[in-house]
Amino acid sequence: MAKLNEMTIAEAARALRARECSVRELWDACVNEAHARNKELNAFLEIFDVDDGALHGAQKRIDTEGAKAPLLCGIPLALKDNILLEGKVASAASKMLEHYRATYDATVVKKLKDAGAVFVGRTNMDEFAMGSSTENSAFGPSVNPHDTERVPGGSSGGSAVAVAAHLALAALGSDTGGSIRQPAAYTGIVGLKPTYGAVSRSGLIAMGSSLDQIGPLAASVEDARILYETIRGEDIMDSTTIPDNLYPMRAVSKSLRIGVPRHLLEEGIDADVRAAFNALLEELARAGHVLVDIKLPMSAHALAAYYIIMPAEVSTNLARLDGIRYGFAERGETLLDDYVLSRTKGFGEETRRRILLGTFVLSSGYIDAYYHRADAMRAVLRREYSVAFEKVDAVAFPTTPSPAFVFGEKSDPLSMYLGDIFTVTANLTGMPAISIPMGHVDRAGISLPVGAHFTAPHQAENILFAIGSAVEKIGHV
Amino acid sequence: MATVAEVKKLAALARIKVEDAELEQFTKEFDAILAYIGQLTQLKLPQHSLEEKPLLRNVMRNDGEPHTPGAYTAKLTEQFPACEEDALVVKQIISHG
Repeated sequence: MAKLNEMTIAEAARALRARECSVRELWDACVNEAHARNKELNAFLEIFDVDDGALHGAQKRIDTEGAKAPLLCGIPLALKDNILLEGKVASAASKMLEHYRATYDATVVKKLKDAGAVFVGRTNMDEFAMGSSTENSAFGPSVNPHDTERVPGGSSGGSAVAVAAHLALAALGSDTGGSIRQPAAYTGIVGLKPTYGAVSRSGLIAMGSSLDQIGPLAASVEDARILYETIRGEDIMDSTTIPDNLYPMRAVSKSLRIGVPRHLLEEGIDADVRAAFNALLEELARAGHVLVDIKLPMSAHALAAYYIIMPAEVSTNLARLDGIRYGFAERGETLLDDYVLSRTKGFGEETRRRILLGTFVLSSGYIDAYYHRADAMRAVLRREYSVAFEKVDAVAFPTTPSPAFVFGEKSDPLSMYLGDIFTVTANLTGMPAISIPMGHVDRAGISLPVGAHFTAPHQAENILFAIGSAVEKIGHV
Repeated sequence: MATVAEVKKLAALARIKVEDAELEQFTKEFDAILAYIGQLTQLKLPQHSLEEKPLLRNVMRNDGEPHTPGAYTAKLTEQFPACEEDALVVKQIISHG
């Protein structure tokens, strides 16, 4: 049997029911590993003390309910630091909220608690989920376990590291423009951004409210599905959540039609990443799936639209952080000084940059040229993808153009933003998307994981899980 | 082209101070970002996209079933930077003098 902390959720659930291990042994295996490696990896901003009551309750449920107990019962999970767990600090990796204690549970946390899951700790991230590397964390970056010179991706980098280094069996992250999928690709695990509205954001510290979704980072497609099924569902506390079957059901056929927009893959991608992607597609075709050339002519402009919409929403969402009611508070001569000092000293550089950018694109005189056109672009993209989905089940890209980069390599903000080119469209359209490991590429003699990215129509996560299983069968995971 | 003066003005609107030492760097980065996102201003967008109504709308709920008075007071006041009993302390902004 694998080490306890190296099991998948599905394996651990079986082992717990077969009494091959106890809930406490599983917890100890994860937490001991987390304590041993966190100094090096900085995956967790806090590793929680053991909650004896929760462990005991989970064990009792497994003992009495057996196979009927939820699969997540007794499973140690990690939570991104922007998801509220009552009584615990939720800082969004910002000095602004360094001492902020959550006054209630996020809906996803309630659902996980109801299922009997236990929480190892809160994971590092880019401040307020803004970034692609965790270098924007106020508490130092996390480190990629495959190569400690390299970033783990972001913004959910700590969650990705916790799963990839077996410090927790799986984790939750949040994804505004790729923040689950990109770190999943960089660390060799599975990351799912669900359909917009599929998962409640009540208790998620907001970044871009028309884009944000909470989703799983996991060691396997099956584990991602187990977590997704547990956290999803309409919620009275989040009016943007959607009912089941709001969109037409999509059947999963044995032979999936995979759309490949080759015209978008001709440049800007590392040759070996493209080769790994093409090899995967060929293997999928050999396994009986059908590759279809598709055109997404306006998608090349999605990233520009994203970098208008997202900062606009950031600047409005983060306006609430003013040093008055909670969070970092610096005092000056006047009330205005109180706001300015608290915000200037409480926010990091990238957060301030995006607030300024958002203020600009929403300002009178520019809102039509930028924000309204970006909003129109979302409608164009939705239609473009809807047309594509008339003849394909999913659209494939590499998750990122390159593998994980070296710390400090992308020091100018625009070069960092360009790495999000393949992931942002799913947030702009609200469609679900998944990153699945598709092999490795070499950099300086070190083998680094890369991911394949699939987008499906709204509420067709079932198609993503089916493609994910097909990719896993090929053997890259 | 973004100017230092514009960035300063935006910062004031956003209630953020950009130190003089940072201003030039911020302005330069801002310029590169605006040049990139500016590609949208040149695009010809189809009419449907300009007329489509937003998918998200505000959802109101009826007042009713309030929580027990004081149920959350202690948790919330714990977060206040300064409080007097259950009240949040703020600067006086209107003077009667």
